[in-house]
Amino acid sequence: MKTNRILMATSALVAGTTAVWAAGHVEMADSMTLVSWGGAYQSSQQKAYLEPYLEMNPEISATWDESSPQAVARMRAMYEADNVTWDLVDVVASDAIRLCDEGLAMEVDHDEILAPAPDGTPASEDFGDLIVSDCFIPQIVYSTTAAYRTDVEAWNGETPSDICALFDLETFPGTRTLERRPINNLEWALICDGVAQEDVYDVLETQEGQDRAFAKLDEIKDETIWWSSAAESIQSMADGEAVIGSSYNGRFFSAIVEQDQPIAMLWDAQVFDLDGWIIPADLPDDRLARVLDFVYFATDTQRLADQAAYISYGPARASSAPLVGDHAELGVAMAPHMPTNPANATNPFVYNYTWWADYRDDLDAKFQAWLAQ
Amino acid sequence: MTDATAGPRPNSDAGGKDKPSGPMLAADGTSLKSSLARSMRRQKIKALLLVAPLLIFIMITFIIPIGQMLFRSVENQIVSDTLPRTVVALDSWDAESGDPPSQAVFAAMARDMVVATELNNHTSLGSRLNYETTGLSSLFRQAGREVDDFGEDHTDAFEEIDPLWVEPATWVTMFASDNWVEAHAEWAERAEAAGFGFDELPPPFEFSEGVQEPLPRTSAMFADFARVLRVEDEETPAEEEPWNIVYLSLYEDLAADPSAPSAYDGETRALLEEALAITDTMGPFDYQAAFEEIDEDWLGYDLWSTIQTFSPSYTPGYFLASIDRQLTPDGVEVVDDDRKIYGTLFLRTMVMSLMITFSCILLGYPVAWLLANLPMRTANVLMILVLLPFWTSLLVRTSAWKVLLQQQGVINDLLVWLGLVNDASRLALINNQTGTIIAMTHILLPFMILPLYSVMKTVPPSYLRAAKSLGATNWTAFWRVYFPQSVPGIGAGSILVFILSIGYYITPEIVGGTKGVFISNRIAYHISSSLNWGLAAALGSILLALVLVLYWLYDRIVGIDNVNLGG
Repeated sequence: MKTNRILMATSALVAGTTAVWAAGHVEMADSMTLVSWGGAYQSSQQKAYLEPYLEMNPEISATWDESSPQAVARMRAMYEADNVTWDLVDVVASDAIRLCDEGLAMEVDHDEILAPAPDGTPASEDFGDLIVSDCFIPQIVYSTTAAYRTDVEAWNGETPSDICALFDLETFPGTRTLERRPINNLEWALICDGVAQEDVYDVLETQEGQDRAFAKLDEIKDETIWWSSAAESIQSMADGEAVIGSSYNGRFFSAIVEQDQPIAMLWDAQVFDLDGWIIPADLPDDRLARVLDFVYFATDTQRLADQAAYISYGPARASSAPLVGDHAELGVAMAPHMPTNPANATNPFVYNYTWWADYRDDLDAKFQAWLAQ
Repeated sequence: MTDATAGPRPNSDAGGKDKPSGPMLAADGTSLKSSLARSMRRQKIKALLLVAPLLIFIMITFIIPIGQMLFRSVENQIVSDTLPRTVVALDSWDAESGDPPSQAVFAAMARDMVVATELNNHTSLGSRLNYETTGLSSLFRQAGREVDDFGEDHTDAFEEIDPLWVEPATWVTMFASDNWVEAHAEWAERAEAAGFGFDELPPPFEFSEGVQEPLPRTSAMFADFARVLRVEDEETPAEEEPWNIVYLSLYEDLAADPSAPSAYDGETRALLEEALAITDTMGPFDYQAAFEEIDEDWLGYDLWSTIQTFSPSYTPGYFLASIDRQLTPDGVEVVDDDRKIYGTLFLRTMVMSLMITFSCILLGYPVAWLLANLPMRTANVLMILVLLPFWTSLLVRTSAWKVLLQQQGVINDLLVWLGLVNDASRLALINNQTGTIIAMTHILLPFMILPLYSVMKTVPPSYLRAAKSLGATNWTAFWRVYFPQSVPGIGAGSILVFILSIGYYITPEIVGGTKGVFISNRIAYHISSSLNWGLAAALGSILLALVLVLYWLYDRIVGIDNVNLGG
């Protein structure tokens, strides 16, 4: 770290520009505001990233703001008021794309600001395809996946084996619970209507394809509780209100492993999604310098692997995967619970961010209209 | 008030003979009317000054922000701000012809896009237009990556003729005024002296006289180049090679007017004359083909008609969208059935809020009556029970209803246990309109009870006793004597509950399922997720207008004086 900072300073001196790297020369701010999701996820970041960082830099004070769910709107409001109080914001990839499009997030050169892997692989290769936007610094891979209750009598001993069990009311009767948005649901509907995975977005682009997906969802519409926060879906499955449904894999992990609920994962057609940092655009030099220093540390191979000891989300670096160990409190091996674990990722669905950036507004209107019918 | 000051006048009829004719005078000889008016004015100013702090506070924190937010529902400057040239060029395009626009429009778009990409606002324009036509977001994002390469070959050709062309100094010599060169040198000196942390912007670029006219395209583009460089990177044209599009503009200027170099002198003239040769070796740049190569949708009708329709600075588009209509080149059209949602939601919000208000009246009235008529000590205990929900988080209360009402929940379990409901056909009490009405009635009940209570407290019990002693039955005494006196409380409570309930969105979101959500849920979605603040503002404005209309109706029917919020 020290050498890195000195390097930064010298290169800045040599270059003599006011570019990002001059930040190494500028006084670093001694406080920062990090924005995250609260709950178990934020505390995993606190333990894996922030606590070790604060130990190295005891003069720093850091505050959390649990505003990630509203990050996009809050950031736009801050920029309009010209008073940006956040230094580093945790968002899902689609929000990162939106913030980048709006010019509210800083574009970064991943190789320049992030640590290379221990074997020297540059960061951009280590993160690979997960860098879905120039502003986005990936942290974890999570998945939206389905799970089911293991004690449903009406199923006569049958257990769901693929995602289409969601739509199979004959074999698997009972209430479903799905997210109240078109993303993922339309894709699953098409897959279960016989569309090959790689054709899903081509089909969904057409009016007929959209009608087809909604027609498939119509079959289970009246049997579905539509959730808007992931906790609702877990709650309704734990209470037996729903027997099969979707949520984030980390939420299911805590219901199954930590709370011992009779729920089993159905990894089939799980949809990978990403969560990571963005740095607000146009931060003052001293704050930017502090944030870059923190990000360099918090996204290195070891730190990303450490986070997996607290929550079952896969580290975004390829080089972190072999370092994933046991759960810090429960002692169970975390690897089998990772969405990226080969046994779980036999049939993942590849989510198309740029496609959804285009179609989100339109399909959301259609989806809400369909729900309201 | 002014009528009252003129009060003494009628007296003149009675004893008019004694009084002098003309206006009445005060002791100091000025007319009584004006001296009264003056003292009244002083009082008014004093009163105004007393309320001024609150008034200013409300203006700054409430009225102005709300006004600004509502203004967004019609504001649409982003299109003409980001694409100034294109909007002008596109004016002459006939959308109905079905042909893509002319090369001139594509050329204007290329210039606007280069500037927008450098300023990094082409993508927010893409998001804006994507609200109207699906697919434009990625079209703009993609073009942003490519458009700075437009004219690359022409830049190379200039460089081949003379390497001096890629020297920033060449361009500065050609265009910059002496003033600017001097100011720039001073600025550079200060920057050198200050070292790191120097954040003074360089001086804005100035053309020297007469250099712009011979090369109109080039100088216009160069002006943009210098401006963007200054605000975006805090740099100056003295340090940076111009964009490709500047070279392309120079090529077009030279091709259009081969005599242009003669307007210059010295080295610049020689360079330009030498560069004239480029018009023989290079063909004109095909903007249309270049855009087509990025994506064939650039030639499509949808993109250009959307830009044309939404190029004015103010648009009714958001308001039309909030009533399930859309603006198209052919005028206003109803959206497809599979996207109609806002009409349903507005109606549902109104109807369900009324239902919630009525159930609050039904449940709240007896409670308020009890509170007002029980002995003080018992009433206080009851009052705490009424207020208790205020001290509990809204989310906790709503979630508690979830536990109670769901099919595997407490109420259904109880009914099944009692044998009132068959286990297989448990009641659906939540994730539908019933759930929203039950939970919202519970949450809003105190807002009904408190005004009712404060009004009932002031009704003397002796009135009821008097009615009964005059022979009224219990019902008649209540209905003819007590109830009319409690109406102001009902009015106040209803207004509070109704207005609060049309704005609720957390509770409907959690317990409302698909059929129990309100328009506010959509407003929240557009504010926080889709970032379509214009549409959110339009929906909000309509909601505000609806409330004002209902308020006005209420005033006409019940009378606003008949409202008592207590005291």
